[in-house]
Amino acid sequence: MATAMGERKGIDFIGIVKEAAITAFVVFVLALPISGLRTTAEIGGLGVHARWDKVAMYMAIAFVGRIIWSLFLETRGRHRRESSESSIGKHVQKYAHFVGPALIVFAVVLPFMPFADRYILDVSIMVLTYVMLGWGLNIVVGLAGLLDLGYVAFYAVGAYSYALLALNFDLSFWVCLPMAGMFAATFGMILGFPVLRLRGDYLAIVTLGFGEMIRIILINWYSLTKGPDGLSGVPRPSFFGLPFERNPGEGVESFHGFFGIDYSSVHRIIFLYYLILILALITNAFTMRIRKLPVGRAWEALREDETACLSLGINPRNTKLTAFALGAMFGGFAGSFFATRQGFISPESFTFIESAIILMVVVLGGQGSQIGVVLAAVVIIGVPELFRELQEYRMLVFGAAMVLIMIWRPKGLLAFREPTLRLFEVKKSGLFGRKQASEAAE
Amino acid sequence: MEYFTQQLINGVTLGAIYGLIAIGYTMVYGIIGMINFAHGEIFMIGSFVSLIAFLLLGILGVTWLPLALLIVMILAMMFTAVYGWSLERIAYRPLRGSPRLAALISAIGMSIFLQNFVQLEQGAKVKPLPPVVTGGFDLLGEGGFVVKLSYMQILIVIVTTVLLIAFSFVISHTTMGRAQRACQQDMKMAALVGINVDRTISMTFVLGASLAAVAGMMFMLYYGVIDFFIGFLAGIKAFTAAVLGGIGSLPGAVLGGMLIGLIEVFWSAYFTIEYKDVAAFSILVLVLIFRPSGLLGKPEIEKV
Amino acid sequence: MMSAMAIETGRNPTLLEVEHLTMRFGGLVAIDDVSFSAKDREITAIIGPNGAGKTTVFNCLTGFYKPSVGRLALSHPRKGEFLLERMEGFTIPQKADVARTFQNVRLFPAMSVLENLIIAQHNKLMRASGFTIGGLLGLGTYRRAERDAVDLAKYWLDRMGLTDRADNEAGSLPYGDQRKLEIARAMCMQPVLLCLDEPAAGLNPRESEDLNQQLLYIRDEHKIGILLIEHDMSVVMTISDHIVVLDYGRKISDGSPEQVRNDPTVIRAYLGEEEDGELPPDVEQDLIDDARRQET
Repeated sequence: MATAMGERKGIDFIGIVKEAAITAFVVFVLALPISGLRTTAEIGGLGVHARWDKVAMYMAIAFVGRIIWSLFLETRGRHRRESSESSIGKHVQKYAHFVGPALIVFAVVLPFMPFADRYILDVSIMVLTYVMLGWGLNIVVGLAGLLDLGYVAFYAVGAYSYALLALNFDLSFWVCLPMAGMFAATFGMILGFPVLRLRGDYLAIVTLGFGEMIRIILINWYSLTKGPDGLSGVPRPSFFGLPFERNPGEGVESFHGFFGIDYSSVHRIIFLYYLILILALITNAFTMRIRKLPVGRAWEALREDETACLSLGINPRNTKLTAFALGAMFGGFAGSFFATRQGFISPESFTFIESAIILMVVVLGGQGSQIGVVLAAVVIIGVPELFRELQEYRMLVFGAAMVLIMIWRPKGLLAFREPTLRLFEVKKSGLFGRKQASEAAE
Repeated sequence: MEYFTQQLINGVTLGAIYGLIAIGYTMVYGIIGMINFAHGEIFMIGSFVSLIAFLLLGILGVTWLPLALLIVMILAMMFTAVYGWSLERIAYRPLRGSPRLAALISAIGMSIFLQNFVQLEQGAKVKPLPPVVTGGFDLLGEGGFVVKLSYMQILIVIVTTVLLIAFSFVISHTTMGRAQRACQQDMKMAALVGINVDRTISMTFVLGASLAAVAGMMFMLYYGVIDFFIGFLAGIKAFTAAVLGGIGSLPGAVLGGMLIGLIEVFWSAYFTIEYKDVAAFSILVLVLIFRPSGLLGKPEIEKV
Repeated sequence: MMSAMAIETGRNPTLLEVEHLTMRFGGLVAIDDVSFSAKDREITAIIGPNGAGKTTVFNCLTGFYKPSVGRLALSHPRKGEFLLERMEGFTIPQKADVARTFQNVRLFPAMSVLENLIIAQHNKLMRASGFTIGGLLGLGTYRRAERDAVDLAKYWLDRMGLTDRADNEAGSLPYGDQRKLEIARAMCMQPVLLCLDEPAAGLNPRESEDLNQQLLYIRDEHKIGILLIEHDMSVVMTISDHIVVLDYGRKISDGSPEQVRNDPTVIRAYLGEEEDGELPPDVEQDLIDDARRQET
């Protein structure tokens, strides 16, 4: 500490202001055409409307922001953490034994909390859908290290499989759900087979292309999917055969009738809430378990070094394919849930942005971190929902956040990896205590 | 036959635009080994800057077309280049040496940001511009079907050719070009012999962005309508072009662009227009499976 | 006793027979018609100046490259003959039990030392887990198999002196330990042929001596063949039973350490045309080291 104080030179104010001025100038150039000169529709063509105030505002923000940033860096000095794992991740993981169960208990009792109105439940269902999608994608991206930018394709396949099966063959949700998952997994295999040997960013682009292809097909295959009009009247789920309608029709007993309670539209919401909670927890339990099996370890090994895997006789194609197919399967389950919850689906729900949001949930959380995904889903889906008036800025902030988080923590917020098996049992804080001690000694 | 010739002309024109964007992908990939995911948005911004410049020139009363075109092109290249520079500075440079995934994701974030930024600032509505370059030759066919070769198409092909020649000269004969090629070969070694790697990478983004700006201007003039979303599809297709031609190879990018343009136009003309994008993606997949090094690229031998 | 075994080379059956191996990359001929054989329970060293094609031979043997011409026959003591040049990359370690290490260590850095060793037993465990389904259901067969796998890993951790580090990230180990771990990982595959690509590179003399003992132990106690690429002549000359010398992709000498040491063509290849007669080993070593430093 003392040496740090001694080494610190005076703050170079002129330099900082100069830097800030340069930043402001760059922002001026960037903002001048796009922000400063807005094209407006006028009679007889487009007109240009100048907005110098906006440019000036951006420049001011850039100037001040840069100064604050420089000062922040100066005061923090060179005490930047070099640790590859995030320390937050370590701490959360340390308490994972009870953070996880506590979260689950909270999730289970949430619908009966006094503050849990219909709106809160709706947002929670959304968040849980993305938690499930995030956990599903985590198998592909976090464990196997395959960057899939077309995950929404499997979500779409699941949703349309459910909707089409239910509408055309009158099958119940519980029959359609596994079938939708199977369809999505099969799709994952068909798509994955030719492309999985591609290197990282090639794979990213190809999966992105696949996502778009599925959407284009959904839009244009009118006879099957009703194209852009979408499928409406998708059957709602029933509680083991008991529908949630007020008047379900002749001879059919309804949920409230069977249990002898008053009809309330919230019943269905609560049911959907528990449905997605269970689906998400199944996804999590599956992932936690498969991580400790040979195939799960091989996924992580492939992520680390594919060449070394080849030399150990691991079949990279099959291994990746299982990751891809299983990830797709959970995407398909989530898609079925989405269809039954909305009652209406159209290709508009399955754009690239959706893939990007799911990926963001995984990456922001810390690749491979299950709790991180929950945290990220709450932040990305829940928080913007609570600020609805800022809706139009949502994607803007979202994109910027993606960049900033990657710069700040290239490995995600809660990147921490617990070995899948240990030779020595570790007391809860023993390992960390020792590490900290050795770090302090250095 | 006339119909075929017409589609050929249209395909080459579209291909020239794709080729210009593809060069940006190929150069950035060559030097940092990563896909510049936000390059499509740079193209989109290029076309917006040119649109605004055109409207301004109209207000200022610059009516002599060649002068107006030249000014617009220069302005578009300049402003868009700053976007390219900032993109590298913000989304790539801090992440050099981080996992590849991180840089790719930050580039995707940048792409989403730029798209929404333009949407917020310029509105979500499409921006139509009345045809600026009008007229053309009628190459009369026999069956009464007129093959049209518009001045706009001629302009696009000529500008692309001139830029390519100028560009190849820069790469092969200037100090900057040499530095660029050296960094492609071995970034560490280039740094050791005193090449400013940071600046060279920045310049690569700047050059790529200015070519994309020209492509954006051509696109705007050719189709007469743009919106904030054009960068997404154009970007993917140009990337396909770069891969098809062999990523890292400049002539490959142009060749790939031409092929993608032709395929897209012929597919629309003879099959179904709805599935033209599917055709482009399928080609990308096929190329990557059967010839990952592209048509003119060198195959990579993995050292173990 | 040990050395006696090593000298009586005639007794051991041939494990690997390389015939007319040629590898071309475009116009470049990296290996030109090389034939040699390696015997079971022997250490066969491949030496030669940089760019001689040693690693390329390894890459052909372990399926990373498909040879342009040639026959690579492995006589597996239990499973019969394998023609390696016809097998798809990863099936060579999987079916023919050929393990290898890499010139620049390739571990799974973010995974623990123990996990690295468990992954090496992937195929065995995969079968035991009923291709994941049995494992998901928590069947006992898989749990037993995993326990056995951990026992094997423990054995090699003990041998290599890495037991204390078992739960650490592999990437956090010091360089010498990473090299050891890579050998342990290869041995956890229970191979019949172990291919080591410069295992002594970057080791200090004490570690290098330790490595010699490990390799002799593996040869004698585990009774497998070892194929070794090495620049460190102190390692090569001490432990090899048989040496193959490559230069510019061709084989220039083949025989016991004694024969190779005195072969004029070998000396020329290493030291240039003018030299005749043998240089003191330390001078020779220095020259080789210099050459290497310039290359890398």
